[in-house]
Amino acid sequence: MLAEAQELSECRGTEVMGKILDEAKIAEAVVALAAQIREGVGEGKFAIVGIRSRGDEVAERVSAILREAGVEHDSGMLDISLYRDDLSHLQENPKLQSSEIEFPVDDARVILVDDVLFTGRTIRAALDALTDYGRPRRIELATLIDRGHRELPIAADYVGISVETERMDHVLVRLKNTDGEDAVELVEER
Amino acid sequence: MARKDFLDIASLSREEVELLLEQAVPFKELFTRSVKKVPALKGKSVLMLFYEPSTRTLSSFEVAAKRLSADVTVFDVPHSSVVKGESVKDTIDTLQSMRTDYIVVRHQRAGLPLAIARQTGASVINAGDGAHAHPTQGLLDAFTFKEVFPETDGKKVLIVGDILHSRVARSTCTVLQKLGVEVAFLGPGSLVPKKGPEGVKRFTDYEEAMKWGPDVVYLLRVQMERQDAPFFPSLREYHKVYGITEERFKRISGEGTYIMHPGPVNRGVELCHAVMDYERTLINQQVENGIAARMAVLYSLKPGI
Repeated sequence: MLAEAQELSECRGTEVMGKILDEAKIAEAVVALAAQIREGVGEGKFAIVGIRSRGDEVAERVSAILREAGVEHDSGMLDISLYRDDLSHLQENPKLQSSEIEFPVDDARVILVDDVLFTGRTIRAALDALTDYGRPRRIELATLIDRGHRELPIAADYVGISVETERMDHVLVRLKNTDGEDAVELVEER
Repeated sequence: MARKDFLDIASLSREEVELLLEQAVPFKELFTRSVKKVPALKGKSVLMLFYEPSTRTLSSFEVAAKRLSADVTVFDVPHSSVVKGESVKDTIDTLQSMRTDYIVVRHQRAGLPLAIARQTGASVINAGDGAHAHPTQGLLDAFTFKEVFPETDGKKVLIVGDILHSRVARSTCTVLQKLGVEVAFLGPGSLVPKKGPEGVKRFTDYEEAMKWGPDVVYLLRVQMERQDAPFFPSLREYHKVYGITEERFKRISGEGTYIMHPGPVNRGVELCHAVMDYERTLINQQVENGIAARMAVLYSLKPGI
């Protein structure tokens, strides 16, 4: 991802503004997210579903905190590649990964988890993907980072941390299992 | 860069083959959902251009395209103006005017899909051309094989039957060899190519071939409709010499060898009835995997319109 960021900065005239979140800050945001979800769900069953990729890793961390606190729930992962609205515009279609939805979606309370909430298009795709598994009673949205600039009428119910950005900026999230380290970088368009 | 067309296995690298097989997995997982359809090719059109009769391949492609939300048109060649003397070139020009995104073509002439691919911006998928290739069959066979044997290198597959006239044999052999599988042919001397793919063993005797220790016996279909080519003295004779008879089945099932067949099966010719109930007969998996593999192919291509 760092190489990717550098590449971006070379070819598009962008500049890496450096880390906006380090490992400790990310951990704080995950804890905040877990606490809000715990309060939000109250008693009763629910499921946490992470959106690939990186949303699944955030979801795993939130799940681990909740389980440690004795809050039982179902978990799953969703790959939304086949539901994106920009497939026709891409040079190459994104690589698919498996979705893992093992619990019955019908009548379930599902909390979708992603790493960054930006335009809202990923969430729109995730809603379509999830409802093809069944008809949930309720779907909520949790995001580690809300960076603003929505293009669709979508809002998060639970937010780890809000970050102010320009529309053209890139927010690069790196997480341990996927990228080897925890860091969030802002790449500014010049 | 994504490819425009899918015409044969031979021009793909091992990495490309492995990627397609890997991508077929999430597509197969969709089949267990209540909604088996995804919107990936919404608004795209797929045209089925079949100059040769086919039920299985045609419907498999049709299901694959529909599960990707594409609009499917079947160009009914036997009833079309092709019968009235329209040339393939004129047909393609007509289809080009329809602005179709994908053309799935089957034709008795080898190389025709390539010729079409050069004339159109649409993505062309070869669904069988003469004795040349049937690449999606090869891919679904490899997918089925890999489900049973995730580590493909060094495994052995024996292909039995009329190798010479079989595009299935050609594509399946090519894709398996790319995955490091050892392939051998068994068939009548006149129907096994003298010069063929490098590294392929040739057997004429069943006993000898089984001693080689194949992990899978792949039976080719005897093309009963080919009346111009009476290559076997009789079907009963074929069964006796190259079919899985009840006697051979005892040995095969005893050793745990898997059985594959592209379908449709001629019971009592390529295999005896008992084979169809054998738990290591992969024929039904091949059908299901065919849809997933074809979805992966459609998803991987980028029409250049």
